[in-house]
Amino acid sequence: MIDQLPVGLSIAGALLLIALGLTFTFGQMGVINMAHGEFIMAGAYTAYLLQDLADDKAVFLALPVAFGVAGAMGLILERLAIRRFYGRPLDTLLLTWGVSLVLQQLARDLFGAPNVNVTAPGLLEGRLALGGMTIPYTRLFIMVLAVACVAAIWLYMNRSRQGRRMRAVMQNRELAACSGVVTERVDQLTFFIGSGLAGVAGVALTLIGPIGPSLGTNYIVDAFLVVVAGGLGRLRGAVLAALALGLLNSFVEFWTDASSAKVVVFVAIVAFLQVRPQGMFVLRSRALT
Amino acid sequence: MSVLAQGRTLLTGRARGYVLFAAVALLLLAIAPAALDPFRLGLLAKYLCFAIAALGIGLAWGQGGMMTLGQGVFFGLGGYCMGMYLKLKDAGSGGLPDFMVWSGVEELPALWEPFRSPFFALTMVVVLPVAVAAVLGLLVFRQRVRGAYFAILSQALAAAFVIWLVGQQGLTGGTNGLTNFYDVFGMDPEEESTQRTFYFVVVVVLGALYLLARQLVKSRFGRLLVAIRDGEDRVRFLGYNPATVKTITFAVSAAMAGIAGALYVPVVGIISPALLGVVPSIELLVAVAIGGRFSLAGAILGGVLMNWAHTTLSENWPEGWTYLQGGLFILVIMLAPKGIAGLVNQAGDLLARRKAAAPSAPQALAKEEVPV
Amino acid sequence: MRISHWRKMAVMATAAALVLTACGESEETASAENGDTIKVGILHSLSGTMAISEVTVKNSELMAIEEINAKGGVLGKQIEPVVEDGASDWPTFAEKARKLVKKDKVATVFGGWTSASRKAMLPVFEAEKALLWYPVQYEGLESSPYIYYTGATTNQQIIPGLDYLKSQGKKKIFLVGSDYVFPRTANKIIKAYAEANGMEVVGEEYTPLGHTEYGTLVNKVMSAKPDAVFNTLNGDSNVAFFKQFKAAGGTAESLPVLSVSIAEEEVGGIGVDNIVGHPVAWNYYQTTDNPENKTFVEAFKAKYGQEKVTSDPMEAGYNAVYLWAESVKKAGTTEVEAVKKASAGVELKLPEGLVTIDGENQHVHKTARIGVIQSDGLIKEVWSSGEPIKPDPYLKTYPWAEGLS
Repeated sequence: MIDQLPVGLSIAGALLLIALGLTFTFGQMGVINMAHGEFIMAGAYTAYLLQDLADDKAVFLALPVAFGVAGAMGLILERLAIRRFYGRPLDTLLLTWGVSLVLQQLARDLFGAPNVNVTAPGLLEGRLALGGMTIPYTRLFIMVLAVACVAAIWLYMNRSRQGRRMRAVMQNRELAACSGVVTERVDQLTFFIGSGLAGVAGVALTLIGPIGPSLGTNYIVDAFLVVVAGGLGRLRGAVLAALALGLLNSFVEFWTDASSAKVVVFVAIVAFLQVRPQGMFVLRSRALT
Repeated sequence: MSVLAQGRTLLTGRARGYVLFAAVALLLLAIAPAALDPFRLGLLAKYLCFAIAALGIGLAWGQGGMMTLGQGVFFGLGGYCMGMYLKLKDAGSGGLPDFMVWSGVEELPALWEPFRSPFFALTMVVVLPVAVAAVLGLLVFRQRVRGAYFAILSQALAAAFVIWLVGQQGLTGGTNGLTNFYDVFGMDPEEESTQRTFYFVVVVVLGALYLLARQLVKSRFGRLLVAIRDGEDRVRFLGYNPATVKTITFAVSAAMAGIAGALYVPVVGIISPALLGVVPSIELLVAVAIGGRFSLAGAILGGVLMNWAHTTLSENWPEGWTYLQGGLFILVIMLAPKGIAGLVNQAGDLLARRKAAAPSAPQALAKEEVPV
Repeated sequence: MRISHWRKMAVMATAAALVLTACGESEETASAENGDTIKVGILHSLSGTMAISEVTVKNSELMAIEEINAKGGVLGKQIEPVVEDGASDWPTFAEKARKLVKKDKVATVFGGWTSASRKAMLPVFEAEKALLWYPVQYEGLESSPYIYYTGATTNQQIIPGLDYLKSQGKKKIFLVGSDYVFPRTANKIIKAYAEANGMEVVGEEYTPLGHTEYGTLVNKVMSAKPDAVFNTLNGDSNVAFFKQFKAAGGTAESLPVLSVSIAEEEVGGIGVDNIVGHPVAWNYYQTTDNPENKTFVEAFKAKYGQEKVTSDPMEAGYNAVYLWAESVKKAGTTEVEAVKKASAGVELKLPEGLVTIDGENQHVHKTARIGVIQSDGLIKEVWSSGEPIKPDPYLKTYPWAEGLS
């Protein structure tokens, strides 16, 4: 029973990693990026390719590389297509769904349909025993990575000029534009960072899950639910929602089974949105609808 | 003077509409059954089932702005109601459906009992989707959850529904779904004459639902719906309750999906969770987008065409089909956001030497006058 | 405004016209024995989630057809395969089966992988009185007169697996499976077996297909302290399960996991490190030692690439083609009822050894083999039933299984 706590926290860590990037692309730009899952996949395959260079250290090396690779993919997508769609967020869902199909098939053609494997670093073998609980180091690594990403994003948003511009655009695009913020530049950067975080998540997920062309589809629905439950564009919301969903999932599964846990989580979210339709934290905006 | 303009002088617009509707009806009711072999006719019946569901999406999404990614749930509810009745019919009185036997269920679950009655089953095909949609719609729309939030919630609903269905193997047949029907309202489903009968039923139902949807859209209610889509808060300020209007529309669209699912079962001979999940729901939505979401006829066209393309292209080129499908979505959404119906309208405009009304600014899209 | 009526109807007319032209494309209908070829259908998922597994079965079936053609075909005619895509979608399987039988008029169909796809195709083959050869191990409790089952039924895989665990002194078993019909039925059998053989089932867990979060489940397994795990997970879930099982300290020595859905092909994706030493139950391995298998493996690698591996379902698909061809030769015709009659007792030496079609239930007699996964990714046989086991899909010859079917 107490063993469920670290499991729940580690599910929360993974959920947070996959949802963090979405919080920004969805929150700031209203873009429903169905290809987010494929950016996660790109991160995982980056780690796979780097194995030739770095053997079992590939996962560590891949973190920054995957951030760049997935970020670049996101930037290209933004430049070529998504920027034409501001103001039509629902259409981006269809557009990026098409992109995700193409990327999946591309992965199938490049890497083959069967799953590939990334060897977990020897450093992460073993478990930490902590007051009656045991936590595999791989899980611990994912939790630490999630916390590090949140901290980095927080610092960026609150302490850097660029980050403050980003917040300004999120809160009121027109007003920000009037004040001299080049919103287009900010959008590009947001998309780069949001997609890059998906790449980082992909690397982390190689430690616990399968790596194949359909990897992204396994996570995309969960990621959106975290964002919706947390509130658009809210770091705090995403963290709390991921924690709540992770713990709920692990404990419900412990008492019942995996299928019921999933159903319960979905129902809980619908019920929760009855109470707080805008998610846990509402982004205060002065814009009128 | 163009041919079109000449035509306009001969008949009033309304009359022309009826003539064309009659022409399409003739094509589907007389020419298609004569020209197609039984296998292809069966496929066409299947596409038309999806077209019924697409019509519902056209109503909810195109007219009402509710992007529903969970339409598979309603399709499934209708399909399972029909499937349960047919399975019980095959099992005979006191018998158990085959899958229950191998799932170790010894007594017919209470949930199944009323489905012995065809009347009850057929009623539930409509009532159940409407009830679920009404409850969900009231809860969600009253809280002013809309746009992307609603899309994602309905997607989660589809995902949860499929997981639940698969998990309840003894009750629902699990991943296998319900299949192997021997007796459909006294007919053998594999007989060619039966397939032909099903086809006609599907065509007639589609025609009736299309007329119904068109009436709805042309009515005051329909205008209100479009107004809500384009400016929900403004309509609220005028004293209407958008939640009610949206819920009713959502329920009608759910009923259509339910009817589509119920018809699909005898036509194809199976209902399974694979038809109801997130992916089939999105595919249906995309079909509507490609056909033209703002036009009911366009939605129907999209439903038929996409499913036809799926069968034919994946038959000949399974790897390429995914690229083509993905590429097509991207192209249509970027270049022709109003789908094929929009293109036909544009072409009509050009022919009629009217100024092309295609807006290039995305924001203008929603506010543009929308053809039904 | 007036013109919009016209346009709307034009859309509908275009729709209908397109559909008609699309559906009406004339396709020549040919009978199974058309001139000097015999058409057969091959129906597997070439796209979607099941493509990973099914494409290789399609490949081995095509290879068998090529081999037979090179030796002169059957009844002096070449076999002509018609390949269709089931797209990992059960209704599509039914639809394509109908097309192959009714439009292409094939002599027989080789196809399917999942139980759901077989169940969806079954009514089509029974109604049309056509033949389906199904090449994958499955949950039993079925014996359609129009389906040949060339994979193992439960008494050729699950029960030998349990016999093996029993012989290893494993008393407490934990059951882990994906949530669909094969694991649920298999686990029902396992529970009945355990009760009759003094074993104890200490846990039974199912996860949705495609599930990848096994932290909780691994915790449950660990805290139940079983002697062995019987694993009926499917596909991607196996990768996640073994990675997380290993991270939580599970090893093949301390807690062996016997899998029935992991073959040579899946080992690479799971990572050899994560699964090495764990047992699996099948009827064939790439390392199975006999001259027929040597030729089979060499031919497969030569045709599809040296890095490719062969596995049980591929071999069962390959067998299906040979068994069908042999039955046709014996019948002297491709006519379904004659082939059915002739097939009883058809016996061939195939890569897995001697295989015989059972006249009663259209399954095949197969040798059961338990293997252990090696560090090179191949599987080494550690136990075998020695001789082919008579298929018993309803487990009628096992007293403890009474009341299961």
